[in-house]
Amino acid sequence: MVSEALRLENLNKAFGAVTVADQLSYGLKTGEALGIIGPNGAGKTTMFDLITGTQRADSGRVLFDGRDVTRTGAAERCRAGMARSFQVPQPFAGLTVFENAMVAATQAANMRGTAAERHCLQILEQTQLLNKANVQAGGLTLLERKRLELTRALCARPKLLLLDEIAGGLTEAECVSLIDTIKNIHQSGVSIIWIEHVVHALLAVVDRLVVINFGAKIAEGNPTDTMQLPEVQEIYLGIAVDA
Amino acid sequence: MSTDHLQVKRGSRASFVATIIGLIVLAVLIAAPLWAGRADMRLMGELFLYLSLACLWNLMAGYAGLVSVGQQAYVGFGGYMLFALTIFAGVHPVVAVLGAGVLAALIAVPVAALVFRLRGAYFAIGTWVVAEVFRLSFAQVSSLGGGSGTSLPVSIVKSMTSGRQAREWLSYWLALGLAVAVIAAVFLFLRSRRGLALSAIRDNELAAASLGINIWRTKFVVYVVTAALTAMVGALIFLQKLRISPDAAFSVNDWTAFVIFIVVIGGIGSLEGPIIGTLVFFALRETLSDMGTIYLIALGLVAIIIMLKAPQGLWGIVRKRWDLQLFPLGYRVQQSATPDNHQQLHDK
Repeated sequence: MVSEALRLENLNKAFGAVTVADQLSYGLKTGEALGIIGPNGAGKTTMFDLITGTQRADSGRVLFDGRDVTRTGAAERCRAGMARSFQVPQPFAGLTVFENAMVAATQAANMRGTAAERHCLQILEQTQLLNKANVQAGGLTLLERKRLELTRALCARPKLLLLDEIAGGLTEAECVSLIDTIKNIHQSGVSIIWIEHVVHALLAVVDRLVVINFGAKIAEGNPTDTMQLPEVQEIYLGIAVDA
Repeated sequence: MSTDHLQVKRGSRASFVATIIGLIVLAVLIAAPLWAGRADMRLMGELFLYLSLACLWNLMAGYAGLVSVGQQAYVGFGGYMLFALTIFAGVHPVVAVLGAGVLAALIAVPVAALVFRLRGAYFAIGTWVVAEVFRLSFAQVSSLGGGSGTSLPVSIVKSMTSGRQAREWLSYWLALGLAVAVIAAVFLFLRSRRGLALSAIRDNELAAASLGINIWRTKFVVYVVTAALTAMVGALIFLQKLRISPDAAFSVNDWTAFVIFIVVIGGIGSLEGPIIGTLVFFALRETLSDMGTIYLIALGLVAIIIMLKAPQGLWGIVRKRWDLQLFPLGYRVQQSATPDNHQQLHDK
């Protein structure tokens, strides 16, 4: 049996009358890349909050590497090997870009000294932020902040990488290089869940697709077939699918 | 392309110069008995103790986000422990200062467990309530003078040193030593791996937790260590005064309000801020304090103007203008191929 990086079992979460996770269940094989699509407000980011422990589910279980982490805090889940990028960037504004990366390398990946520094420099080069290394993160543009989110997540050396809309607003060339970066990470054996509206970028990388609406999973499977399903087409009707 | 041509530095030219100047100033200050009068040394001793309190409050509020208005709890506790340990246990006063720190750390553990249940403004008020509880409790201890307080017995004062001058020199050097120790401890902590975590917490708790930082534990450690050092400062304050009473020991004005003033005008969330703030505070106090209430009004005005015009304090203005960092806490990525051209990678 192939081991599982992650399994969600019947996750439920509601804010008052608004249901943001509705009996959500799916699994992710170790080393697999899973794409998540769904309209705005479908509960995709909340799903990441539940996986990483930023929020607790009302009911259901989260298993990470076969271990039940439902009651575990965000910090401990991260040290166990999860890292995410935030859709709304959350930089450490008073620290430089390099120091932001160092927080991830030293705290999440538990690296030290020169090894941590070299690791951060390499990731910064990969994410094309090296020329901003000494700039305070509070002074970055939105696009640079998004790149910083990816940088920090990678500096954490995760086993499971959770990416939340990192391709929006990129030029075509930047998007191609982002796809390359994520493909490389995927090939190095990292399991990935990627929420993305830029569908063609997503389809270039992921092995499987899950479609979410109103907090519930409405479709799952092979990316190309899943995109053709009538219910998926219906959700995306009116939203340009640039696939 | 690779990153081999880059190196990571922690110091800068400014911090190197600052270290040299700092060491010279320190040597001059250590030699104060050679050049300063009694009154000046008393004043400088007091300044060092306020500097220590300011650095510690800044660590808590500026970095850990723990805005306490109850640090007088530990100043007073430290002072009372000095008296209790010397009078009841016959401990040498200098040892009692260290003992006060250890005991404060012990009492800070249950206090932290209690006040950490509160957030933001509630935490601030909660710490104040704790300080009041301390004050009322010590007022009940009749062997330490109850509500009216007590003096340090002459025999203990005399056992410290031979003669008054030696005692005054000793308490000056102790105050200077503690201030240097506090600044060094805060600096080394902030520069360490844990300190980087604390700076991350200061900027964004959500992201910090998502990057593996245990926020509660980090804050807890900061609170307990700050309590211990604050109590040692308190013990030294009352070793200088030789007299203690609940109202003086647990004064919110003297040990917290002035300290907050110092940190806020100097620049909260930086190591340089409290140093500048302390100098400004003492300059204002020494020139204006004869004017009675006008002095307090002037302090208030200064605080309001700085908060409106420079929320990052006086050091914030300097840092923004010249990109200076006297304490090399951060990291700088530089080209290593050209050692005599230390060009920094700024917005290219």
